Amino acid sequence: MSAALDQRALEQRLEILKILEFSRRGHIGSTFSLLEIVRVLYDDILRIDPKNPLWPDRDRFVLSKGHGSLSLYVNLAEKGFFPKDELFRFCKFNGILGGHPEYGVVPGVEASTGALGHGLSIAVGMALAARIDRKGYKVFALMGDGECDEGSVWEAALSAGKHKLSHLTAIVDYNKMQSYGPIDEIQSLEPFADKWRAFGFAATEVDGHDVDALRALFKSLPLDPGKPTAIIAHTVKGKGMSCIEGNPSWHHKTKITDAEFDQLYADLGFPRK
Amino acid sequence: MRKVCLKSMAKLAAMDERVVFIGSDITKRDLEDFSDNFPSRFFMEGVYEAHIVGMAAGMALCGKMPYINTIATFLTRRCYEQVLLDAGLHKLPVRLLGSGGGVVYAPLGPTHLANEDIAILRAIPHMCIVAPCDAEEMARLMPLTLKWPGPMYIRFAKGGDKVVSRPDLPFEIGKGILMKDGSDVLLVTTGITTQIALEAAATLAGEGIGAAVLHMHTVKPLDAEQLIALAGRARAVVTAEEHTIIGGLGSAVAETLLEASVAKPFKRLGFPDVFTEELGSQNDIMGKYGISVDGLCSTAKTLLKIS
Repeated sequence: MSAALDQRALEQRLEILKILEFSRRGHIGSTFSLLEIVRVLYDDILRIDPKNPLWPDRDRFVLSKGHGSLSLYVNLAEKGFFPKDELFRFCKFNGILGGHPEYGVVPGVEASTGALGHGLSIAVGMALAARIDRKGYKVFALMGDGECDEGSVWEAALSAGKHKLSHLTAIVDYNKMQSYGPIDEIQSLEPFADKWRAFGFAATEVDGHDVDALRALFKSLPLDPGKPTAIIAHTVKGKGMSCIEGNPSWHHKTKITDAEFDQLYADLGFPRK
Repeated sequence: MRKVCLKSMAKLAAMDERVVFIGSDITKRDLEDFSDNFPSRFFMEGVYEAHIVGMAAGMALCGKMPYINTIATFLTRRCYEQVLLDAGLHKLPVRLLGSGGGVVYAPLGPTHLANEDIAILRAIPHMCIVAPCDAEEMARLMPLTLKWPGPMYIRFAKGGDKVVSRPDLPFEIGKGILMKDGSDVLLVTTGITTQIALEAAATLAGEGIGAAVLHMHTVKPLDAEQLIALAGRARAVVTAEEHTIIGGLGSAVAETLLEASVAKPFKRLGFPDVFTEELGSQNDIMGKYGISVDGLCSTAKTLLKIS
């Protein structure tokens, strides 16, 4: 059983639904599976300065799974990286917030992602740069489970293990659903944590919606002072709205109807205004 | 050329603390100065080109200037998406040092040939593409790379190539070099086709035909201004490259001249739309497809209608 959502988790979902009412599109399932992971990082873990997004000593968070961008945008806006008004131009011609995040365009976004299998390599490079410069910043890369089908993820894992990057943490949003259907039917990843261990990581598993457990785990990093960390976060695709939880047809929506919005709000427990 | 480039890396590292070297399981030769003096900035990594390009981009996002060396074909084709997105889209100063551009590795067979590297990289916005003609020109290029803001591909020739570049002709990234002037035909070259064109120009001169040789070491950004001026006063234009005729130097020249309404009798010499599957030597394969002194001379005369 996945953890129950707290009030802040519900409020962030409500905010995202309002944004979706304007865009009428997005990777909705993934947005809600990784929301608590991103929120805990930005609330309690990352050393960042929204007034100075390029502060050289900041911690880096790479959303390798770029299609979960809405979760990132909501948290960046809350922290003040850009005005909240911008959220309501998501995917619009005159906006900066695309379906996948872009570096240099969106303050606080560390890498342009969306093509799967790039973020962990970029994060390895950032962690190596920190070592060269003898800086203490930490690097986090959040990937999807389907993304881990990409060979480049495992190239990066080999390299992170070789370099013993204990200030690097790879997090996998393990919601167990790909675009077409269940991971286990398309490309199973099990034994998943053991795969990361075999590549030189210290690996652990956590409920990706349990904010207390996430916070405690992130604060305890690194798990091993001589190894990078891999966190397998068990999540629910579409978490919080029972009508879309685990439903692959909600992986990516290009047109959400009014009737569907009514249902989403009802599931979340808020009346649609 | 490879040796000069790699040996110069230690000097660059001493000049600029952003410089990082990344090799993908390449030979130790010529790298000791760097690895001994700058061990924290020296990385000899595995045979995973996609990863090292992404890794280099991550370093560059943190202020580094990574130079990556491995075989040209694997550094351009295998990891194209990482080159395009991680280095290109982020507009990062990642330098790709491609050993064995074109058919340098002819004896090793078609899997090791980079006949389309320039074409695929030209399509990437902001990508700078440089193919020096000899080791001395490579030595002039390397310090200038520290000043170039975006991504860059440097294409290595075979090595031991005849030195034809001249210290009296200024070298600047993005500026062609007029190696020899002549009024009848303009030969436009890059990399080691410059040596071939200079020989061809000497042969043509013996027959009373004036050939100019414009060495375009930088294929992108192309020196359109000089090209248009020289082509405008020539009676014919021939391009020569150790590369497919699709999308490389010849294509860039044709596009530039046509859009400037400079329409002269024109021919691209390079590999036609085939896989070059022959073995033997670089010169064997280039000769078969007319990328040779004879090929350039006969092409020039055909365009000039001289039999």
